[in-house]
Amino acid sequence: MNLFSDRKYVISAIFLTIAVLYLIRLFYIQVIDDKYKLAADDNALRHKIEYPERGVIYDRNGKILVYNEAAYDLMVIPKRVKNIDTADLCNMLQITKEAFIEKLKKLKKQKFSSFRPEVFEGEISLETYATLQEKLYKFPGFFVQARTLRKYPMRIAPHALGYVGEVDEKIISANPYYRMGDNMGLSGVEKSYEEALRGQRGVKIVMVDVYNREKGSFEGGKYDTASVLGKSLTSSIDAELQQYGEQLMQNKVGAIVAIEPATGEVLTMVSSPTYDPNLLVGRLKKKNYPKMVRDTLKPLYNRATMAKYPPGSTFKLLNGLIGLHEGVINENTTFGCSRGFHFGGLTVGCHPHASPVNLKFSITTSCNAYYCNVFKNILQKYPKTAIGFDVWRNHVMSFGLGHKFPTDLPQESSGNVPTIKYYDKYHGSGRWNAITVISLAIGQGEMGVTPLQMANFCSVIANRGWYIPPHIIKSIDGGQIDAKFRKKQRTKIEREYFDMVVDGMRNVVLNGTGRIAQLDSLTVCGKTGTAQNPHGKDHSIFIAFAPMDNPKIAMAVYVENAGFGAAWAAPIASLMMEKYLRREVKRPEMEKRILEANLLPKKEDWVAKK
Amino acid sequence: MANRNNEGVLQNIDWILVLMYLLMVTMGWFNIYAAVYNEEYKSIFDTSQSYGMQLVWIISSLFIAFVILVIDGEAFPRVAWAVYGAFILLLIAVIFVGAEVKGSKSWIGVGSFRVQPAEFAKFATNLAIAKYLSNINIKIDNLKTKLIAGGLFAVPALIIILQNETGSALVYGSFILVLFREGLSGNFLILGLMMVVLFVLALLVDETILSIILAVVAAGSLFFIRRKMRNILAVVGILVAALSFVYSVDYAFVNILEPHQKKRINVLLGKEVDPKGAGYNVNQSMIAIGSGGVLGKGFLKGTQTKFNYVPEQSTDFIFCTVGEEWGFVGSVVVIGLFIVLLLRIIYLAERQRSAFSRIYGYGLASIIFIHLAINIGMTIGLAPVVGIPLPFFSYGGSSLWSFTILTFIFVRLDAYRFQILR
Repeated sequence: MNLFSDRKYVISAIFLTIAVLYLIRLFYIQVIDDKYKLAADDNALRHKIEYPERGVIYDRNGKILVYNEAAYDLMVIPKRVKNIDTADLCNMLQITKEAFIEKLKKLKKQKFSSFRPEVFEGEISLETYATLQEKLYKFPGFFVQARTLRKYPMRIAPHALGYVGEVDEKIISANPYYRMGDNMGLSGVEKSYEEALRGQRGVKIVMVDVYNREKGSFEGGKYDTASVLGKSLTSSIDAELQQYGEQLMQNKVGAIVAIEPATGEVLTMVSSPTYDPNLLVGRLKKKNYPKMVRDTLKPLYNRATMAKYPPGSTFKLLNGLIGLHEGVINENTTFGCSRGFHFGGLTVGCHPHASPVNLKFSITTSCNAYYCNVFKNILQKYPKTAIGFDVWRNHVMSFGLGHKFPTDLPQESSGNVPTIKYYDKYHGSGRWNAITVISLAIGQGEMGVTPLQMANFCSVIANRGWYIPPHIIKSIDGGQIDAKFRKKQRTKIEREYFDMVVDGMRNVVLNGTGRIAQLDSLTVCGKTGTAQNPHGKDHSIFIAFAPMDNPKIAMAVYVENAGFGAAWAAPIASLMMEKYLRREVKRPEMEKRILEANLLPKKEDWVAKK
Repeated sequence: MANRNNEGVLQNIDWILVLMYLLMVTMGWFNIYAAVYNEEYKSIFDTSQSYGMQLVWIISSLFIAFVILVIDGEAFPRVAWAVYGAFILLLIAVIFVGAEVKGSKSWIGVGSFRVQPAEFAKFATNLAIAKYLSNINIKIDNLKTKLIAGGLFAVPALIIILQNETGSALVYGSFILVLFREGLSGNFLILGLMMVVLFVLALLVDETILSIILAVVAAGSLFFIRRKMRNILAVVGILVAALSFVYSVDYAFVNILEPHQKKRINVLLGKEVDPKGAGYNVNQSMIAIGSGGVLGKGFLKGTQTKFNYVPEQSTDFIFCTVGEEWGFVGSVVVIGLFIVLLLRIIYLAERQRSAFSRIYGYGLASIIFIHLAINIGMTIGLAPVVGIPLPFFSYGGSSLWSFTILTFIFVRLDAYRFQILR
């Protein structure tokens, strides 16, 4: 009966063959081929980035300079948008129905999954957000995502603080930390303290289902990293003084830098014309930035650290100090001045004043002839001009001129102190001497100094021989800053010589060119300067510090195309000192004159291009 | 008599088969739980979720199994024709009164309770074939016998195709193995295999080129056989048959198949890549299984099935959960269990004194086998995606009841074997 019972083997063999084939296939896809594991992670895991809040920046008195304000983006998951009242939504967003449909269509066409959230409308207003939030349930697929924007409550110090912006591909390829859409500091303190301010981004791995709905954290958060909050910074800026400086500089082009000599802390850094830093935040930046770039007055340009001006007569102080140190003059050395310095066919003119002139009087009256003689003697002290020039140049450099500080301010110019090489190339080696470069004696010629360097130079004199590299951040999260901002840089010049020069500076204010800067009982010391400007009216310069002993503030003021130093720069410096040291300005007339002055280039000159 | 009979049942049933049934059903239940696990409904007994419902199906299946075991073993051959006839009528009726679910009209229901008669027609057909072939006067060599036996499973298959359940209809093809065991020439299996090969080639290779290849092969074969007229005619006849088969496959493919069916076949053959459309299911299913690795992600730790990346993950694609959460080890265990089960059924079938019981046993093994082959095959991209469940594992009352009935009739028949004299 069981004729064909051997066929059970054939049938069993068929069963086994299929089973073995399947197991081989399964072995291949489960054990050997890795691509399915990657595809599975790609499917179900989302790396959610948690952006920590950017650090807040305070002024030296605890006033907030920058904080973060919530902003709301209207997001959309295109594929989830179904049966919504388009008219109602368009009405709230104040866009047309056509624009709405067009936008949605564009988002739907993107190469990524249509289940991925996209920004539909960035930075919606608070009012829109409020009305929208209530009705959001009616618009499936739409949701609001909060993020933060920088906010500047006092609207001051844009150049010092800098701005934040979206990273570009260049930054991303250079620094793997950043990803598309990230923000970073692009200028000012925001840039130089980027790492401290930004904190550390956290990553949370969440599982999502096929509809992109979150389903909890992956492996209980084993692979998550927590975000680290951005550090808060305390700036050395005095917000009130900064604000006052900006007011005084309104309708003027130039810069004010004030430093606390003992610490190198920058108290104020005004670059004028300035702008409201809030204008370069978020989507306002897109609108305003190109406008500012086109503005011929260059409001974005930080004149305080980048503009190179001749130091003018303020430089005489430095030549005097070098002369004393090199022994070519002493306190009582005198030179005659007959309305200038005459050598061969060359004349460096001077204004009429008594003659002969000693050191103190030379400072008080800003005598050109005196310093031409000093400078000539310094260079001629050595057998060769080049050697003498090198000695002189090293002294100049030791005052922080002609090179960048190890500062925390980005975009700093090194200024210019001409080199032997430069003159050799220009005049021929050995074919120039002290007389050829005599304009250096009075701070003209090739000398280029930034207002920051100028203020620091003043600080060196105030300290009688040293400075701490100027810096604008005094503590990070209450902790200490870099050691380089605590280390004194010394000149080779003896303290007694400084005292002689300071005495002259005091006299400038008491009964010299800077009398206008006088401030009741305060022992203000200063020096006027007027830098020749080949392009137009001279620049008005004043450097000053106070009080004479144990100085609290040293500063430099530049006002472009404004004439004599005594006319504008000196009263501005004086008002600033009053504000800082007395906290209240009691010279309303002087204040009014400065505030109302309009020293801008004639409008037709700079508006013409627009 | 009836009492004595019942006492005998529990002693004589094959506990190995029953325990394997219980084991696989339980594994299926846990995998369904994992496949659609929902944090909000953590209890595996929650009947608002499919895992809770599956328990209801399991318990009711055990009840059905018990009922079958108390039926007199003699009754099955006696009612075979009646049951078969009734189900054929029911299948036809469904075409007219059935509810349409996902494009196929194969469900009938009372209120919210719905069953798929096509599932139950399997055991009815199995009974009928066993009944017919166990007739003492049957000679399988007889053409009429072949036609009637073939008709017995072709008729329900055709009706099911009319219900738009092509997948379920394919299952009936497995009865060819039963016929083979009962003496059908092995040439039929070879013929079947050749047809599958030609079918695939017809779709992959241009028909003109394929015709030339076939002609060359035929001409070549003439050198190796004795060139008698009869042999030459046979070769030519086979060639003509092969060519007409190839051309009808092409014709059918172009003109008869629905676009979505064409697409599925093209994707399976690798002619089209379409991970978002027709290939989506298979692609996601392979991702789920492939991501399981050697040991799997662990119970309830799968992401691909639980989070709906794999469609139908508790029914037709339940094997994905096995592959994802238990890895290659899990795959080996499940496929191994099925093979042990199939070999056990063959072993039991061969020890039957009654031809009816033996044929029924082979029918059972063939049906389970073809489900296994197509279901797991489609999850790993080796078989077309047709919606048929994995026996004992897939979620669903109809399918579980159907396999329970199929299996336990055999258990009952096996327990009854000593009472049969011949």
